[in-house]
Amino acid sequence: MDDWREKQELLVMDGRIKVPYRWFAGEVGTRYLESLRDQGVFLGTRCPQCGIVYHIPRRNCPDCFEECSEWVELGREGTLESYTVVRKHHPQLSVLPLPYGYGIIKLDGADTGFLHLIGEFDEEDLAVGARVEAVFSDAREGNILDVKYFRPTGGVE
Amino acid sequence: MGKRVAITGVGMTHQRSARPDVNGRELINEAVRMALGDAGMTRSDIDAVVIGNMDHFEGINYVDTWSVDGSGGLMKPIMKLTTGGTTGTTVAMGAYYHVASGLFDRVLAIGWEKNSESDTTGAIITAFDPFWDRPIFAGAVAGLAMEATAYMHATDATEEDAAYVAVRERKHALNNPYAHLHINMTIADVMGSPYLSWPVKMGDMCPRTDGACALVFASEDVVDDFPQRPVWIQGVADRHLWAYTSDPYLDFKTGEAWFPAMQKSSQDVYRRVGITDPLEQFDVAELYLPYSFAGLRYMESLGFCEKGGAPELTRAGAFDMGGKCPVNPSGGVMSSNAIGATGLIRVAECAWQIQGRAGERQVPDVKLALATGFGGCFWSDVLVLGKDKPEKARG
Amino acid sequence: MDAVAIVGVGMTQIKRERKADGYPDLVYEASRAALDDAGMSIDQVDNVITVSNDFFDGRTISSMAIQDACGSYDKNVSTVEGDGTFGAFYGLMRILSGSYGTTLVCAHHKGSESQMPLITNAMFDPIYARFLGIDAVTSSALQARAYMEKYGVTEEQCAMVSVKNHGNALKNPVAQLPLELTVEEVMSSPYISDPIKLLDCCPISDGASAVILASGDRAEKITEKAVWVKGVAHCSSAYHLGDRNLYCVCALNEAAKKAYSMAGISEPAQDIDLVELYDAFTYMEPLWLEGLGFCERGEGGNLTASGKTATGGELPVNASGGCLSGNPVLVAGLNRIIECALQVRGDAGEHQVPGVKTALAHGINGPCGQAHCVWILGGEK
Repeated sequence: MDDWREKQELLVMDGRIKVPYRWFAGEVGTRYLESLRDQGVFLGTRCPQCGIVYHIPRRNCPDCFEECSEWVELGREGTLESYTVVRKHHPQLSVLPLPYGYGIIKLDGADTGFLHLIGEFDEEDLAVGARVEAVFSDAREGNILDVKYFRPTGGVE
Repeated sequence: MGKRVAITGVGMTHQRSARPDVNGRELINEAVRMALGDAGMTRSDIDAVVIGNMDHFEGINYVDTWSVDGSGGLMKPIMKLTTGGTTGTTVAMGAYYHVASGLFDRVLAIGWEKNSESDTTGAIITAFDPFWDRPIFAGAVAGLAMEATAYMHATDATEEDAAYVAVRERKHALNNPYAHLHINMTIADVMGSPYLSWPVKMGDMCPRTDGACALVFASEDVVDDFPQRPVWIQGVADRHLWAYTSDPYLDFKTGEAWFPAMQKSSQDVYRRVGITDPLEQFDVAELYLPYSFAGLRYMESLGFCEKGGAPELTRAGAFDMGGKCPVNPSGGVMSSNAIGATGLIRVAECAWQIQGRAGERQVPDVKLALATGFGGCFWSDVLVLGKDKPEKARG
Repeated sequence: MDAVAIVGVGMTQIKRERKADGYPDLVYEASRAALDDAGMSIDQVDNVITVSNDFFDGRTISSMAIQDACGSYDKNVSTVEGDGTFGAFYGLMRILSGSYGTTLVCAHHKGSESQMPLITNAMFDPIYARFLGIDAVTSSALQARAYMEKYGVTEEQCAMVSVKNHGNALKNPVAQLPLELTVEEVMSSPYISDPIKLLDCCPISDGASAVILASGDRAEKITEKAVWVKGVAHCSSAYHLGDRNLYCVCALNEAAKKAYSMAGISEPAQDIDLVELYDAFTYMEPLWLEGLGFCERGEGGNLTASGKTATGGELPVNASGGCLSGNPVLVAGLNRIIECALQVRGDAGEHQVPGVKTALAHGINGPCGQAHCVWILGGEK
């Protein structure tokens, strides 16, 4: 065994998972993405029991477990709950050129934050509590990237 | 000593070819809310959640944490179990052990799949060893066809015998509003359907389905709190013996050419529960039969008859509605196969049969029922459910 | 809870790339080591729990690969997809059910065989978050920022965790990244995603491990070095990052509270002698210590800076070097349990902390520590 091991490099076989996916947004997700695409309006859903307005929208309240049938129009602006500036490009993951950011953004009118990209910023404008606004993509296709990113407005909550 | 465990709530979605109106979490939530309603519970009564599916069917990593909005697992213990086709029964066993351990009184078991969201065969191919099996031979149909060929070689079974099973399952499904396929089919229809991989034809195979199932498992200590009659778990066992596709056709230790994982797992649970004559003792069976030939070979592996005896017994109607032990009154897997849910649905159907709540597909006076899961690399899960509380916990 | 003990443990060497070893090779090495440690034959193992993840392995039914290697032939066996602490929890329940006297729990991971950012990106919701390109590092950066801003924990304090844990790893023969570092070196390492820098991150790792659990009476027959499970619990918080306050540790609080109550612990800081927790990134160590109740909220950074969590301190944390010094995902949680067991037994070798009677092991699941599992282990039945 040992003799051949000294002569032979260990072999490696390259591969990839080749499974195509098509994820259904469902009725709730479709209404949300359609509104974003066609009107540029963010929608949330409200739990009839605890009153929390969920953004992204939920069909049911994860806590009360009631159907959230009421739709609520949210603002295009919101407040940063957290953020990061990405310094390392990943060829398959990075959507924007470096340096770009991610933020947890609580839109005006929503009780929960949501994740999106941050662009067009000076680093000193980023802070927990900084106000940001949505910048929409020119060509909207009915997915979450119809919002290109959020950018700071210069305001602070 | 372990707690005795009963099923006290059942929920499932209607099985459909595609559910574009909901995402996965929302699909799960439909089954969960039905199970909680059936058990007279609210979300706050859940002590723990066990969930399962196959990652590559939906392309979602960490489904246990992804699904909390729908599963009811927010601020609760959640565990993900995944074993391939056996996932649904594996989840049932997981919920059983959660409760039997004494650590949890009310546990929610969830199995689900949205097979419409990917290429099912493309995902199944990735189940096989990337060096030895994947480049050459993989996918469910070809593997099953190899089993069918070996079975026909070892017995006098014919393609028509298998077609009888396919017809029976589809006929049973007509009584089940939850079933995916509602089609009248004759043996001639099956025989005339195109070959996928000889001797397996289109009519012999299961469909691919979207669906979810949720069950409440409860401890003997709280079983009186529920509105429905408890269905007692009598025993559970499994064998996941093999790692390569070339392994399962014979037991290389004994040289026996049968389905060793199913023989060993069923013998294990029969010994614990005291089953000596499955055909006599079981009143109904809900079996994971992914294709028609399984309805022959697996009956033999499960000890319902001698090897090679299944075709005659089957065609005599022993496993039809009204027969000695009806198999798959629900229409089984050949009528609906949301893979991660499928095993759990077998358990759910047994529960409904024992409770006398199976509607048009009810078998009279069911006291003891057999549920199985099949998958992996010819792996086997077996559960025995009954009307009566067992003398002791004997998982 | 009836008495259950850890009677055997086995860990492979953790390395960046175990090129000579496939999944079965790693699992066999770890399982064999655990059996030898317990002085058991495979016949004495009543059932098996394997731990793996289909995404990391690039294989649907990832447990299929290792059935030959984990000793499950003709035994009842099941698979947990999640951290090793959760896998061990299932193994424990199967003993408590009365059905089995012993469970072998094994876990495997090879980060070297795929691309971790793509796999951790797949944790995120395909409709609402995945296509933003978020992954484990960038999401954790959001959590680190939220935590630091909320409580004034500093990057320097986090850097001290890196210095301490990589330094601890110098004495742990299985660790992948033993390093002598200074706070300045950590601080000047490049930012990956602010405020997380290269030396705040765990490495990509290959490895496997195995634990054998046994019921009280079986354990006493098997070994004189049984390590007893005093308490264990787990809990999950919300999935969407925006649904949680990322600095919140409510799920960890809940899991710890239950585990402490089972173990009869009222003052964790006094009653627990050693902690092995899941420090995939440096900020996690102080944050989890707060969640575990070892200090007030916001005091985690100061606790680290005080030196109390050093190996010679009052509350040694990650004396093994932690996940920062080697993070085969899933395996890493099981390794926390194993390291605690070795410490309680007095078998931790060069990184042994004297007089460990009660130890706490911790694992996480999901993005940004959505779910936590807490184990309390002790030397007394």
